[in-house]
Amino acid sequence: MSRRVRKFALAATAATLVLAGAVLLGGQVFSSRPTARTAPPFGSEKRLRLLTQEQYLNTLRYVFGPDVQPVVNFAAVPRVDGLLGVGTSFAGITDAQLEIYQKTAATVAAQILSPESRGFLVPCKPAAEERPDDACAREFLSTVGRLLYRRPIDDTRIAELVQQAHQATLGLKSFYAGLEVVLEGLLLSPDTLLVVEQAEPDAEHPGRLRLDAYSLASRLSLFLWNAAPDDELLTAAQSGELQTPHGLARAVDRMLASPRFETGLRAFFDDMLALESTRTLAKDSVIYPEFTSQTAQDSREETLRTIVDHLLTRHGDYRDLFTTRRTFVSPALAAIYQIPAGPGWTPYEFPADSPRAGLLTQVSFLALHSHPGRSSATKRGKALRELLLCQDVPRPPPDVDFSAVENPDPNLHTARERVGVHLKNPTCAGCHRVTDPPGLALESFDGAGVYRAAENGSPLDTSGSLDGRPFQDTVGLAAALHDNPSLVSCLVRRAYDYAVGAPTTTRDRPVLRDLNKQFAADGYRVPELFRAIALSGPFAAIAPERARHKPSPAGVTVQAALSAGGTQPIVLAY
Amino acid sequence: MSKYSRRRILRGMVNGTAVSVALPLLNCFLNTNGTALASGKPMPVRFGTWFWGLGATNAIFVPKKVGRDYDIPSQLAPVARIREHVNLFTNLMAFRDGEPNLCHHSGWVIGRAGVAPKAEGDKPGETIDITIAGQIGRTTRYRTLTATATGDFRNTVSYENANAPSPPEISPINFYSRLFGADFQDPNAPGFTPNPRAIARRSVLSGVMGEIKTLERTVGAEDRQRLDEYFSGLRHLEQQFDQQLTKPEQIAACHAPPAMKEEPRMGNEESLVAERHRMLTELMVMAVTCDQTRVFNMTYSDAQANTTQAGYEKPHHTTTHEERIDDQVHYQPHCAWFSARAIEAWASFVEAFTKVKEGDGTLLDNVLIYANTDHGEARIHSLDNMVAFTAGRAGGRIKTGLHIDAGRTSVTRVGFTAMRAMGLDVPSWGVRSNNTSQEFKEIVADVRSG
Repeated sequence: MSRRVRKFALAATAATLVLAGAVLLGGQVFSSRPTARTAPPFGSEKRLRLLTQEQYLNTLRYVFGPDVQPVVNFAAVPRVDGLLGVGTSFAGITDAQLEIYQKTAATVAAQILSPESRGFLVPCKPAAEERPDDACAREFLSTVGRLLYRRPIDDTRIAELVQQAHQATLGLKSFYAGLEVVLEGLLLSPDTLLVVEQAEPDAEHPGRLRLDAYSLASRLSLFLWNAAPDDELLTAAQSGELQTPHGLARAVDRMLASPRFETGLRAFFDDMLALESTRTLAKDSVIYPEFTSQTAQDSREETLRTIVDHLLTRHGDYRDLFTTRRTFVSPALAAIYQIPAGPGWTPYEFPADSPRAGLLTQVSFLALHSHPGRSSATKRGKALRELLLCQDVPRPPPDVDFSAVENPDPNLHTARERVGVHLKNPTCAGCHRVTDPPGLALESFDGAGVYRAAENGSPLDTSGSLDGRPFQDTVGLAAALHDNPSLVSCLVRRAYDYAVGAPTTTRDRPVLRDLNKQFAADGYRVPELFRAIALSGPFAAIAPERARHKPSPAGVTVQAALSAGGTQPIVLAY
Repeated sequence: MSKYSRRRILRGMVNGTAVSVALPLLNCFLNTNGTALASGKPMPVRFGTWFWGLGATNAIFVPKKVGRDYDIPSQLAPVARIREHVNLFTNLMAFRDGEPNLCHHSGWVIGRAGVAPKAEGDKPGETIDITIAGQIGRTTRYRTLTATATGDFRNTVSYENANAPSPPEISPINFYSRLFGADFQDPNAPGFTPNPRAIARRSVLSGVMGEIKTLERTVGAEDRQRLDEYFSGLRHLEQQFDQQLTKPEQIAACHAPPAMKEEPRMGNEESLVAERHRMLTELMVMAVTCDQTRVFNMTYSDAQANTTQAGYEKPHHTTTHEERIDDQVHYQPHCAWFSARAIEAWASFVEAFTKVKEGDGTLLDNVLIYANTDHGEARIHSLDNMVAFTAGRAGGRIKTGLHIDAGRTSVTRVGFTAMRAMGLDVPSWGVRSNNTSQEFKEIVADVRSG
């Protein structure tokens, strides 16, 4: 590998700090106890996943350096089992998408081979710039190709690529222009843009299959870094070390200790909390003049900064994310929070008597799950159920007489009074009894997320209950959510789904049960959960392929839960 | 006819590989009656779709009179400007056949794919635009083009299959760049020199296509299908490179618009949506004019429309549910306002196609646009009394200016009529109750027999 390319390719892991027997992670030390790979019960199916836009960009950043950041808009993928990351295993590919890939590849290749960049991104100089130089082309293409394809490219294909560069150089009368066209091809290749997992016989468990070493490296890297594997991980795959329990544990601990884990953690929570919707979040500028596109953008960043600070830097308990008063504010957010703020991002802690506590009271949650011109108790309650507790709230049923919820009475001042009408209709009440109580507590904040004590002059009643746990206000709601058993089991399920790129099925119950136990034993520390998932037998084990189906958005519906006991806690089936 | 005879100019075009024709394309490039290019090829016929969410306020939308010269109720007012170019269909149905009424979903899926979905996540299979593109869209730079004025790249009603939505253009600047950026081949540019980079790209692409074949051996049947889609996309790129190596036929009305410098503001407020719709429409019309595509889709508002009115707290969808029916007018006034804005956008969309001269008429004469929505009466999530439009004469195959009472037959009849007009030899379209082999004969011109 070239020194120059290596410089970028390895820069991201340069800050890795691995201590003997322990890993320094966000300032916290946790045991890197070796975890034995027990007999895999089933594992997951090998997948063909689309590389997401962020994974593509993160990979480019690693391979070519931070300056290579094209503006791209890959096609949307479906959200499956609550995650876009799972949707990549189902997403189809259209002509228009290939066009986007090609345009992106052309932009990136042109930048890398530009006169300004080629000197430090191409490891060698051609003997003459207007003529082919097969040796130099081979060095560049084999080095870059291995990182983009996430495995070495075989000699036959390399020879073909070099020959293509040779011919293109003759046609374009420029070595770099010829190389650029071939690099475009690498960036457009299905080996780059699709993650096609490969299986091999599992030597430790005869008759079973496991991911081959390179596929395991990719699965690990996409899970923990949201990017392709780095040089070191590919080397561990190549040597076979990654397929040993000790080698796997060492690789996982190195990745968790890397600054790139922050990128991976952000990506996971961005997906789980559906924060990508902030990209298109807009409010009515007449009703909420203080809410701008910058506010929407910053709200996403605030939540992700809070998550990284709490889970990684402070190594905190996951549940406390929903009660913490610590956050980060920007000038745009300060206008919503009605607090003073300096330029840029600054840490901020809401006072003990503040109604703001945890992620539910951040602008990202409050504004995203509201209407453009007003708040929505139902939308917020639904989001809490679906995103954080993995419960499926059905959409409104058909043939409802909506005249019952029309708002002819000007004496209905508050959302509680308005949505109360839902409860008079048995068809509506089934779901609204579950979504509205937590949502009504959050009526303390308007559709932009600004605090209010009253609506239309009427004081707000923010009391309610969450699965049998009563509360009086948003702080009480936060505490109820903190203690809800579904909060942690939902995270475990989502993290496992995300890691293997597949929706959870009933046959995953044993591993989810073990991970839940381990998560509790580890004090609900998320890095430990990610470690446990990565080292679990099923993570690398491959189950026989069977008919694939997309599951419902979550495993349990609130209607089913209600029929089982109304206000009893809703417990996931798995 | 001008002093430049067709024969004289054509001879010049044929006898050299890099001919400079310093003349604009005039009608001389058409045959004498303006229905075919001078090369003898018929004028291309194009198909488009337009979508808006939440239907109409039928009480002030549905004309009392059917046939020609129908009355124009208040919400239909913008259509008065384009009445001669469109057909209005009312009293259409989307049959559920026992499947659930998936609010804001079943209606448009049936209208675009002919089948009632079973679940919310049950996206349509191939939508009508893709089916028709298989017939008429294979030779152009883009098989289809899709844009949405909602500003949300997830809003599309075009699907290649259930897991492959057509990604819509949301940004006029990006759309401009895609259509008229560096790779645009101006059909009226003097001279032509094949781009050597396109030659090199094409060669490299063949190697990439070979990689798909290697991967195919390692995956199961479902993923093999996705690899096939990838391969098909690469073939599409190959075709685009080939086109860059071929001098395009001249098209007089094709003019790349001035480069766009400023992105319109994001947001769902109606005036912002209307502005994005206008900008995207202008680009789409010119893309069709320049024969960049023969199949296109435009979305004004998504199903369950979130369009807002400045200073009014409820978006369109919420308004349909919560606004009181006014005692005087007997409908929801704000809801009607939102629907009227959508109809205004539809009229402006159609008008944009009439502003381009093509042959003896306008571009619209050689286009057929199918416009549909997700509900009849949105207030009750109704799937009956739905409305739809067609616009354009499809090269003389469709008659216009009519209001047709569909008599509670499936909305798929509109799509089926469009398919037949586009030359698809299909005996029927749709599933179960939505299956139809009945065109709307009222609008079919009797040209095929002649």
